[in-house]
Amino acid sequence: MTATALTTDTAADTASSSFVNVGERTNVTGSARFKKLVMAGDYAAAVEVARQQVENGAQVIDINMDEGLLDAEAAMTTFLKLIAAEPDIARVPFMIDSSKWSVIEAGLKCVSGKPIVNSISLKEGEEEFLRLARKVRAYGAAVVIMAFDETGQADTKARKVEICGRAYDLLVREGFPPEDIIFDPNIFAIATGIDEHRRYALDFIEACREIKARCPHAHISGGLSNLSFSFRGNEPVRRAMHSIFLYHAIPAGLDMAIVNAGQLDVYDSIDPELREACEDVILDRRDDATERLVTLAEKYLGSDPAKEKEAAEWRGWPVEKRLEHALVKGIDAFVVEDTEEARQRADRPIHVIEGPLMDGMNVVGDLFGSGKMFLPQVVKSARVMKKAVAHLIPFIEEEKEKNGATQGKGKVVMATVKGDVHDIGKNIVGVVLQCNGFEVIDLGVMVPWQEILKAANENQADMIGLSGLITPSLDEMVTVATEMQREGMTLPLLIGGATTSKVHTALKIDPAYEGPVLHVLDASRAVGVASSLVSETQCEPLVARTAEDYRQVRETRAGRGHSELSPLAEARANAFAFDPDGKPPAPQRPGIQHFNDWPIRDLRASIDWTPFFRAWELAGTYPAILEDPIVGESATSLFKDAQAMLDRIIAEHWLVARGTVGLWRCRRDGDDVHVLASNEETRIPFLRQQVKKREGRANMCLADFIDPAGEDWIGGFAVGIHGLEPHLERFKAENDDYSDILLKALSDRLAESFAEVLHAHVRTSVWGYADEHFTNADLIRETYQGIRPAPGYPACPDHSLKPVLFEMLGGEPAGVTLTESFAMWPTSAVSGFYFGHRDSQYFGVARIGRDQLEDYAARRAVSVEEAERWLRPNLD
Amino acid sequence: MSARDRFTRAAAERILLTDGAFGTEIQNRKLTEADYRGDLGLARDQKGNNDILALTRPDIVDAITRAYLAAGSDIVSTNTFSANRISQADYGAEHLVQDINRASARLARTAADAAEAADGRPRFVAGAIGPTNKTLSLSPNVNDPGYREIDFDGLKEVYLEQTEALLEGGADFILIETIFDTLNAKAGIVAAIEASERLGRDVPLMISMTITDLSGRNLSGHTVEAFWYAVRHARPLTIGLNCSFGAQQLRPHVQALAQVADALIMAYPNAGLPNELGAYDELPEQTAAFVRSWAEQGLVNVLGGCCGSTPAHIAAIAKAVAGAAPRRIPTIGNVTRLAGLEPMTIAA
Repeated sequence: MTATALTTDTAADTASSSFVNVGERTNVTGSARFKKLVMAGDYAAAVEVARQQVENGAQVIDINMDEGLLDAEAAMTTFLKLIAAEPDIARVPFMIDSSKWSVIEAGLKCVSGKPIVNSISLKEGEEEFLRLARKVRAYGAAVVIMAFDETGQADTKARKVEICGRAYDLLVREGFPPEDIIFDPNIFAIATGIDEHRRYALDFIEACREIKARCPHAHISGGLSNLSFSFRGNEPVRRAMHSIFLYHAIPAGLDMAIVNAGQLDVYDSIDPELREACEDVILDRRDDATERLVTLAEKYLGSDPAKEKEAAEWRGWPVEKRLEHALVKGIDAFVVEDTEEARQRADRPIHVIEGPLMDGMNVVGDLFGSGKMFLPQVVKSARVMKKAVAHLIPFIEEEKEKNGATQGKGKVVMATVKGDVHDIGKNIVGVVLQCNGFEVIDLGVMVPWQEILKAANENQADMIGLSGLITPSLDEMVTVATEMQREGMTLPLLIGGATTSKVHTALKIDPAYEGPVLHVLDASRAVGVASSLVSETQCEPLVARTAEDYRQVRETRAGRGHSELSPLAEARANAFAFDPDGKPPAPQRPGIQHFNDWPIRDLRASIDWTPFFRAWELAGTYPAILEDPIVGESATSLFKDAQAMLDRIIAEHWLVARGTVGLWRCRRDGDDVHVLASNEETRIPFLRQQVKKREGRANMCLADFIDPAGEDWIGGFAVGIHGLEPHLERFKAENDDYSDILLKALSDRLAESFAEVLHAHVRTSVWGYADEHFTNADLIRETYQGIRPAPGYPACPDHSLKPVLFEMLGGEPAGVTLTESFAMWPTSAVSGFYFGHRDSQYFGVARIGRDQLEDYAARRAVSVEEAERWLRPNLD
Repeated sequence: MSARDRFTRAAAERILLTDGAFGTEIQNRKLTEADYRGDLGLARDQKGNNDILALTRPDIVDAITRAYLAAGSDIVSTNTFSANRISQADYGAEHLVQDINRASARLARTAADAAEAADGRPRFVAGAIGPTNKTLSLSPNVNDPGYREIDFDGLKEVYLEQTEALLEGGADFILIETIFDTLNAKAGIVAAIEASERLGRDVPLMISMTITDLSGRNLSGHTVEAFWYAVRHARPLTIGLNCSFGAQQLRPHVQALAQVADALIMAYPNAGLPNELGAYDELPEQTAAFVRSWAEQGLVNVLGGCCGSTPAHIAAIAKAVAGAAPRRIPTIGNVTRLAGLEPMTIAA
């Protein structure tokens, strides 16, 4: 095996490896950073060091706590217990490294797999050596034997071979498995200027060969960093020496080495001059080898070839090109210094924005528009842009006395309407518009119409953008449009958000406002629409075209006959037949259960990633999307960032998942279910499908899954993800929209995952009617028995049932509260009913008739007008 | 000839049978609290303390043991799954741990010897050691992942006390079973090694892991291969799987273990998965049909049953695998085997 192959192999092939990288970063004697963290008691960060090593390809991690000021036994124990709890670290074997047996033994008592002990030796004589070896075996570990005996450490080839051979014979005679013996024949520093040290590397390499021949099945390991000790502070030279040493030692029999995984150079890519000088020293080929390498090394001092090469690619470019590059690549590391450089050159600070920064963002916009760049990257670019602009703002303010406000492309007032708290989509549109030169005045969420109109007037906005996710927001948008009309406004009104549609906009909002109304399907269309609206030539045609389009939609809708409805009585007669055999048993734990801190870690595996990508407007199904020829790269990068953030969310306890479950006795009365929650009967009316069905298809209603003949059980739940705010504030302070959107999108996914995980827990344990062994894919495909329909969704479209459900769950279940439009706060929340009947299934109520509306209003004890308001989407 | 050698010889000739469940068999006898309590004068309610029956209703334990021997078991295990200081503390009976283990081992020894005397077929007694209800690898507190309820040395002492009492009562082997935490098992192995040194005799081990999810890992997260690498230093007489799920779901994991383990394989699954009332309703013939296919594929050396299995299950299995060839132990070579939660090998 060559060193070239070695470095490409470092991605851990744990199944079977011919050369093993042992990670050295979790060693207080080898890593100053790790030492600092452990000394400071910052074990959470120390655990991350271990994780990074495994991610970087370490196949074993070496753990050493030998530091004079540290209680090494306690530190070893604490750290091993913590990483045992991290499956992505604990999957690899550990190497317990200490010069003190007591520390090693304390470590062995915490490690559940088969670790490696590093090390024992003949230093204290044969008896002690064998005593420790027997202990190592009793704990079930392999062992590193240092080439050290009663007279000292082996430095020459002959001594290395002699000591290793003697140790081998002693162990094998005792019945110690030869394959569990790993020799460390001592890698010493070379190029020290002392003549006796010249052959150290060569002696090691030659000793490897002989030890391997002498001791069948045993392995050889070494700590690589000693070799280059003379070149401390000169990383490029140290890396080159390490790579070249391995290149020669591996074929000689070196099986593993303690290295900084991922920090080895490819033999062939090392500068030939440096390579030759290193090789001369390692193989002791010339008398002046050390002097030559020392001289040459100065050239590399303070440089890092990998970074240098990367930097050389673009850091040498003119500042305008650098800014463009940073924007396109989303690199924020240098943006402040580059912006400052550009500012000093420019006549006015605003010119930096209008010049190089906008030019860069135009490139981003073009790439995005032509489908060569995707939303996550655009948002990253926007982060760079914001940081640059934030740097310039004080200078612009200073200059403002001279001149008025900046002249952007146009001003957009944006808001999530009253009663609604969802803002991921709105934020994305805001970022994209800003990237394209628009000034965005973001009013936030739950914004009443008065504030929206006021902000538009005061800022002389060019357009208003409204967003909403839940169906009641559609009505609120109509209200905003009506009020704009009343004030005689004329500016364009843009409508967006998940529940909005061209049809709703055309039918309900457009007629309420004489000014232009435009539905914007997604963020990528927002720029085109907004740009046209501020363009002298394109505005009129777009507005006219859209108005005509909407008029046609209205005409078509008016002319089109609806699918025929059955009278309510007829629909009820065609109800879904209740099968008593499919009825679930009484719950194991009836009543209300709270889950106040469900581990986020446990929600990770069941995340449904496809909607996450959809939130970022990346089309495709996870995991195939990661390999998609078009969006794959972008999706992969986004996914990586999401995983990294999830790691931090979990490691640093950013978020708290709370859940509440209630399981109650109930009885059915027609389409109503009467629920006995905390000694009070609550009537839950459900809606029935009324669209005429083909022969053999029932007109479904959720009540159909409850026993009409006797007592039955129903459940309810709410889950919420709490604790985002401090992090969102931090991101805001750092102008980091990307992380803001990422965290919100992840939190939404965690809420959905929790709803799924909790439902499984309810099915198998709290209610306990099912015994399941499902994979995550099964859960997403919903192959289990039972459903959890949510108020406001197709099977149960009335959002106003949420307060009824919440009341039964004890008010504020899972710490979730409701807005006046029954949106849940925090936004990452899910609530619903549980039905456990074998036949229970999801369906859409769809259109209902006037007869059912009136019947429902009476059962719900509200006026027909109010019922109409909540059920509008289901009424024509 | 030592018990280890007699066992190894018998296992080379045919598939051997261990016994089935004690817990569900005892449950079926509908004992009252007074049955459990006897005249031991214990302060707490003893109902459900199955292990204490060795002292208070030895007739019940003896009857179940003899029923398994009659059904064809070559090995009978002691009814001592929870007869350790940690589990008995729940019943305020920790001072009786040694008595329970000695009495249970004696009951099994007497019954096994009687069966062997009757037909000449060798019988063995496995002293059963459960996992306790505490775990060395996991924190019960989600906010403090580094916390542990017990420590290694403490658990080792608990196992050592039980091991020595079982050996004293006449157990041939120590069966560390239902291992959900590999580190607990490693503490059990250290205890067995210490017992062996103290008593100056060979203490053959039977080691049996339980899988907690269908992906094939135990609760501490080890795959079956990683588990085997982590305990192989004990050179156990048998390595295997028990409890977990029914035979149908367990098959791929038995197969994975059979491929890597150079020891006899012992598998004793539950009688299917529990139904919605928590009862096991897989019929003896069904269980027997599943494990018969394992035998046909050469995966096993010892078979038996865990939760929900009855003497009828053992008899059905005995009938189904009669004459089937036992698994041949593979030679796996001098490769270095390490393990985190996953296995890792280094070729020589």
